[in-house]
Amino acid sequence: MADPNQDRKAWMGLMAKAQEGHVAALLDTAMDRPDFTWLRPPEIGSVMVRGRAGGTGAPFNLGEVTVTRCALTLSGGEVGHAYIQGRRKADAEAAALVDALMQTDAADCLRAKVLEHLSDAQTARRQTRAAKAAATKVDFFTMVRGED
Amino acid sequence: MYVAVKGGERAIQNAHAWLAEERRGDTSVAGLSVAQIREQLSLAVNRVMAEGSLYDLDLAALAIKQARGDLIEAIFLIRAYRTTLPRFGASAPVETAKMACDRRISATFKDLPGGQVLGPTFDYTHRLLDFKLAADGETPAAAQREADPAPVPHVTAFLNREGLIEDAPHDDTPPPDLTREPLEMPADRALRLQALARADEGFTLSMAYSTQRGYARNHAFVGELRIGTVAVEMDIPELGFTVEIGEITLTECETVNQFKGSKTEPPQFTRGYGLVFGQTERKAISMALVDRALRWEELGEDNVGAPAQDAEFVLYHADNIQATGFLEHIKLPHYVDFQSELELVRKLRREVETSQHQEAAE
Repeated sequence: MADPNQDRKAWMGLMAKAQEGHVAALLDTAMDRPDFTWLRPPEIGSVMVRGRAGGTGAPFNLGEVTVTRCALTLSGGEVGHAYIQGRRKADAEAAALVDALMQTDAADCLRAKVLEHLSDAQTARRQTRAAKAAATKVDFFTMVRGED
Repeated sequence: MYVAVKGGERAIQNAHAWLAEERRGDTSVAGLSVAQIREQLSLAVNRVMAEGSLYDLDLAALAIKQARGDLIEAIFLIRAYRTTLPRFGASAPVETAKMACDRRISATFKDLPGGQVLGPTFDYTHRLLDFKLAADGETPAAAQREADPAPVPHVTAFLNREGLIEDAPHDDTPPPDLTREPLEMPADRALRLQALARADEGFTLSMAYSTQRGYARNHAFVGELRIGTVAVEMDIPELGFTVEIGEITLTECETVNQFKGSKTEPPQFTRGYGLVFGQTERKAISMALVDRALRWEELGEDNVGAPAQDAEFVLYHADNIQATGFLEHIKLPHYVDFQSELELVRKLRREVETSQHQEAAE
């Protein structure tokens, strides 16, 4: 069964991993920002990151990461949330607005003008690093031995 | 004994003003920006994040600038800042098997799925000073090659299939947190790993080195060392599902160690584990060796009395902020303490002199 929240999880994750200022810039190019009311104004805090012993075993606390979160509501009642890494209040606001607007008629416009650009930028960034890593992959070869 | 004394305010203010001037150095030399530190002293930034136990590149870079490059002072600043942050929750355990690897090497298997990927490493450099860097030369672009998009499995997973290595079975016990409850003995492995992940790199390195030199020898191979990015995913209560909240760089090291077997376990390989924020491979390898040494009891090994086997010794001395706090406090005024010590020594000397006089008289 498909996860009913899959789409929303994907766009929230995409915006959380975007470069600083990118979501806000794309949103402002796509449309004028609508009025909204804060449910929770942007707030900076931390999240404890966990790992697993041996990569697969029991969880342990690795250390914290800074996170900014906020929640807002549009005049139509749609609620937008943002939880994004770093201390980035303006980015959190933009991400929560896009999250709320994705639940309105503006969804198609934002998918094309914001989300797809974010996705392309992330794919390009990841592929460039992967290609640089691939260039440092060792190609072993066996030396010809002296004796026959 | 602590007694409040007044005075010294002007001296302190002037000392801090001079500190700020010395931090800036010669003003005819351009000042360092936080972005320059973040981008060009990235391994120092990584160390401050790991031992400060807070992943935030810009904060770590700012702390390094403020601390004039004194990394322990920078870590102290980060730890102090961290305590001011509200905690939103805990992430799901990061999936290092899905890491986008910049580097991934194994010292135990030459040919392995995903291959040996060196990444941006100091290994195989000649450690000769590069005077071109002093001349501010241009950097050539790194080479690129088409990457294989297949996932890069953990090396231990291969050995696991043959049953030759101890398993690390899935478990969801909520871990203890030493930032919430004081570190107390006995410490389970989850607590030890948390303490080691934020432990001083130098201390952890020396402890690990001591196991290699024979103090609790456990003959470690680096089964795998990987550096790269993983997504951080967290359950958002107000949404009722998990979302990715960001992406962090981690270094993971798994050691494979000889194990002769015990009453309950057949001869097999055992594992040590290191996981650290950032590109921090010296620390991650050290952590894995120390983790393995501290596991002597659960693996039924002998305690040979080596320092690295002593959890209390290792964990209570591994934190550089606790250590430096206690060490450096002895330079602060102890005038009243010392006054009483002076009185005591004078009194003891008077007593000795009196008894000597009496003996001479008798």
